[in-house]
Amino acid sequence: MTKVQLVHLAHARSGDKGDTANVGVIAYDEAHYCLLREQLTPEAVKAHFGEMVKGDVERFELPNLSALNFLLYGALGGGGTMSLMNDAQGKVFSTGLLRMEIDVPADVAEAVKGRGRVPEGWSPGGEG
Amino acid sequence: MSDESRVVRIASGQGFWGDDLEAPVRQVEGGPIDYLMLDYLAEVTMSIMQKQRARSPEAGYARDFVPLMERIFPKCVEDGVRVVTNAGGVNPEGCAEALVEAGRRAGVQGRARVGLVTGDDLMDRLEDLIADGHELAHMETGEPLSTIVEQVQSANAYIGAAPIVEALGKGADVIVTGRSTDTALTYGPLIHEFGWAADDHDRIAAGVVAGHINECGAQCTGGNCLIDWWEIPDMANVGFPIVEVSADGTFVVTKHPGTGGRVSRATVAEQIVYEMGDPTDYITPDVVADFTTIHLDDLGNHRVRVHGVKGGPRTDFLKVSIAYSSGWKATGTLTYAWPDAAAKARAADRILRERLDRLGLHFDEIRTELVGWDSTHGALVGEPPADIPEVQLRVGVRAADRAAVERFTREIAPLVLTGPPSVTGFAGGRPRVQEIMAYWPALVRRGVVEDHLRVEVREV
Repeated sequence: MTKVQLVHLAHARSGDKGDTANVGVIAYDEAHYCLLREQLTPEAVKAHFGEMVKGDVERFELPNLSALNFLLYGALGGGGTMSLMNDAQGKVFSTGLLRMEIDVPADVAEAVKGRGRVPEGWSPGGEG
Repeated sequence: MSDESRVVRIASGQGFWGDDLEAPVRQVEGGPIDYLMLDYLAEVTMSIMQKQRARSPEAGYARDFVPLMERIFPKCVEDGVRVVTNAGGVNPEGCAEALVEAGRRAGVQGRARVGLVTGDDLMDRLEDLIADGHELAHMETGEPLSTIVEQVQSANAYIGAAPIVEALGKGADVIVTGRSTDTALTYGPLIHEFGWAADDHDRIAAGVVAGHINECGAQCTGGNCLIDWWEIPDMANVGFPIVEVSADGTFVVTKHPGTGGRVSRATVAEQIVYEMGDPTDYITPDVVADFTTIHLDDLGNHRVRVHGVKGGPRTDFLKVSIAYSSGWKATGTLTYAWPDAAAKARAADRILRERLDRLGLHFDEIRTELVGWDSTHGALVGEPPADIPEVQLRVGVRAADRAAVERFTREIAPLVLTGPPSVTGFAGGRPRVQEIMAYWPALVRRGVVEDHLRVEVREV
């Protein structure tokens, strides 16, 4: 098994409901959904975020979309206009979770190398 | 055309108050659509509108909507495109009046009708509701509303499709509501078009999914999208979503030809998980949808087919969105440069906190972040490298006492001459003191609201 950062295996989007952030994580490849399901347990996600999540982490499964949905309770400094956080609406908890490392078979690690990141030498184009 | 093969096209033109002003124009001019839905409201929007209305009685709605309609009204009337929006905010009446005037200026007098939906606003009824035994308890803490009722700034029930369906049935071409549920702006017209029965849970749930995909504008057509975002073409001219819905509730998500962005299985899936709770229990006023039953087929050419959606009966309650004053806050920033930028920023933060302490000021919270290092991923990123070229120190405070927050805003700039060196980025002046509007979600028996809903149709 090889450690791989989740950013190479999945994409994600996050949002807010009051003081709770949600992170939906979607496998790029359906075949990798079971790896996510095994290793992205609520406990592992809670441990990953540490003090950033004051309350519990709850997980829901959406096998139809090869996706997991996490609710991170007490993650937004009170939420809404109460929060003093730059990310008061939890918009980038998504990529925060994609920093996590999980164990995958060596051939999977090789296959997903570079996935999810801007290719080297890329530029936005246009003039100037 | 038979009902089986008929398709109703509902285009999304705004995902929030402040979205791309040109998007609704592109939707109306870019190809055939039947409805244009414009979602302007979020949790905090209603309280902002309530404050605007307190200052000026004719305000309190999404003002952008009126000049927009003045631009697109003639084209909508010509093409038979009907508009459904919650732009009315806390003053749908004022919004509808301004809309009628805009229609006259646009030359559609006698050729269009405006539908007005009121009754979601519970602000003036709170005392009576509490006296009648409605606790309006906080959905998470269980505390009754009576504990903070004096501080309430706005209170609106999320209402469903019924008044939209009624207004469409009475011939309204543009429908203005207050706190309509975002998704009802899409599934309301579908119930009207296809005559879905109230107990046709699966089809209405499919309409809810269509509404959820539509309600954030370009967030399902390539905007804010993580999948190969660098390859998504022509985002300057991004196409907003259109759902093409059939009578059986299946639908295709797409966008106008010739627009930028992307519609794929992945872009739609990302939007489906946005702001999701328990996916099997997506509650709306008209149905409970099960998002684990959604099936997506990527048909290619920016078309994704959605089918298989299941739903269950509605609950006996409506959600109420309440905003209440809860103190004051301010956030100040300064930029520190190499060398040792992060060390300087942290030293400045320590000095600032000591000064606030010496002044005897008390805050409920002081929060320090280094923009350019940890303000998005917090402790996940560890310690900054010693050679980091620059960081922005960002300090926020929150207190019940406005004077303490005011004084804090005067303690940032002095750090430029009285703190660590190589500091800049203070040209914006003192931070602004903001009133905190806390959010109080509650439930109320639906009849309490539904008995007060009114639908009125006016000629332009």
